[in-house]
Amino acid sequence: MRKSARPPQSSEITAPELYARRREFIKSGALFLGTSAALGSGLVSLSSMGSADPPVAPPPLPEPPKGAAKWQVSRRGRYPANEPQTSYEDITTYNNYYELGLSKSEPAALGFRIKPRPWTVQIKGEVARERTLDIDTLIGWFGLEERVYRMRCVEAWSMVIPWLGFPLADLLKKLEPTSRAKYVRFTTLFDPEQLPGQDSRVLKWPYVEGLRIDEAMNPLAFIALGLYGAPLPGQNGAPLRLVVPWKYGFKGGKSLVEIRLQETEPETTWSRAAPSEYGFYANVNPAVDHPRWSQASERRIGELARRKTLPFNGYGELVADLYRGMDLARYF
Amino acid sequence: MAKSKLNWLVPAVVTGSLVPFASIAWRAAHHRLGANPIATALNQVGLLALIFLLASLCCTPLKIALGWTWPPRVRRTLGLCAFFTALCHFTIYFALDQNFALASVWKDVIKRPFIAVGFAALVLLVPLALTSTKRSVARLGFARWQALHRLAYAIGILAVIHFYLRVKADHTQPILYGVVLAFGFALRLIASAKKSRDARLRAATRAAAR
Repeated sequence: MRKSARPPQSSEITAPELYARRREFIKSGALFLGTSAALGSGLVSLSSMGSADPPVAPPPLPEPPKGAAKWQVSRRGRYPANEPQTSYEDITTYNNYYELGLSKSEPAALGFRIKPRPWTVQIKGEVARERTLDIDTLIGWFGLEERVYRMRCVEAWSMVIPWLGFPLADLLKKLEPTSRAKYVRFTTLFDPEQLPGQDSRVLKWPYVEGLRIDEAMNPLAFIALGLYGAPLPGQNGAPLRLVVPWKYGFKGGKSLVEIRLQETEPETTWSRAAPSEYGFYANVNPAVDHPRWSQASERRIGELARRKTLPFNGYGELVADLYRGMDLARYF
Repeated sequence: MAKSKLNWLVPAVVTGSLVPFASIAWRAAHHRLGANPIATALNQVGLLALIFLLASLCCTPLKIALGWTWPPRVRRTLGLCAFFTALCHFTIYFALDQNFALASVWKDVIKRPFIAVGFAALVLLVPLALTSTKRSVARLGFARWQALHRLAYAIGILAVIHFYLRVKADHTQPILYGVVLAFGFALRLIASAKKSRDARLRAATRAAAR
């Protein structure tokens, strides 16, 4: 390399006042970078509290449980929803399951905590015989069928989910309800080891839901054990849950351990927590708003435009008769 | 060197305030906002607006409590950040969530306390943002300008109520923000009580000396 003989031009010479202030300049620069980085990351973490990001990789499809001989779909496709199905990833990463966390994404991260086998369901109350049933016995009795149902959350979003399970009516008939069985009460597992959210007291645990007996006997009411052809992941209510497609999603109790038939209307978790906002019936109804937001429309997960919400979530033809003569604004 | 110029402070606050927006934009582009990206963006931008608002309301209490002089220097910047973020929050609600359905948005605003309270906070922020310049202080006179900008206290309360009403069951976060706000108000009250007591004392001593 040859040294340049040319002397530096006067314009290239650092001004003496800048030369003198170079330390200050470097210091200010460092303070600027440090402060903006600290403030920026602080703001990002504060503002995403409670709505944390979904896990980077969607959880793997769970394996069918061992010993579940009948884990095949026996009858397919009754009551299909003629709409595109929501992706497996969205169904399994956007969940309301407060026992596994209050945000939408936490349940997917903690769903593995639920041990789906061995699992039994206690049958109690107004039945021919109170007993404890093993989940695989239930699968053996009824087999599994696929039902593609719309799911409308009370928070005004919805999905289309291919469930796998059996009609609740099949189970109830087998249990031989007595004449005093007017209501069915569904209880979720209480075990803070598997459901760590039960350490927090945001709701009264265990979660309890209920149906009137004629609602429960309606062919649409369903016990789901799987979705997309595989066993339910924990966050979706493993190993078995209630699905009542004409009602808001919170009616579908998850991870059920007890089904009790009884004469009186059960006190249900959300209507106990906020009786003015969540009723016992909770039928999807665009004409009856939630006190804090409209129920007239909904966002279908995966779509940008809003959809109009349909009475009884579009299942009116099959269920509206159950409520003949009832004031649905009063019994919301 | 003894007297710090802090000329890096406001640019640093502005830059740092843009980071969460960049983060949301990046996550939106990479499908990292979850199954309901509009709701996630709406909630995070809304919470961000509340954070800016409370941060701007904490500047004076910090000065009172710790004697720091730098927080008041970023107060206007934080207040303007709160306004633009709140505007962004409303725009996401109006454009992306409600698809510009003016009628249904207006019905929401007048019918639902939760939305009415948030909307009121946004509307009240407008005059504060418009009069945020030094020239406005001169034009209005300091006393009137200060009286107008006390609206910020009411806006802070409205914003916390809006957040509280939005939450379904777990009220921990809105209550924490409410506590921060209340703590700031308490410090201001103590300081102003002390100031008026000192003034009275001074007046009394002057009267006694006469």
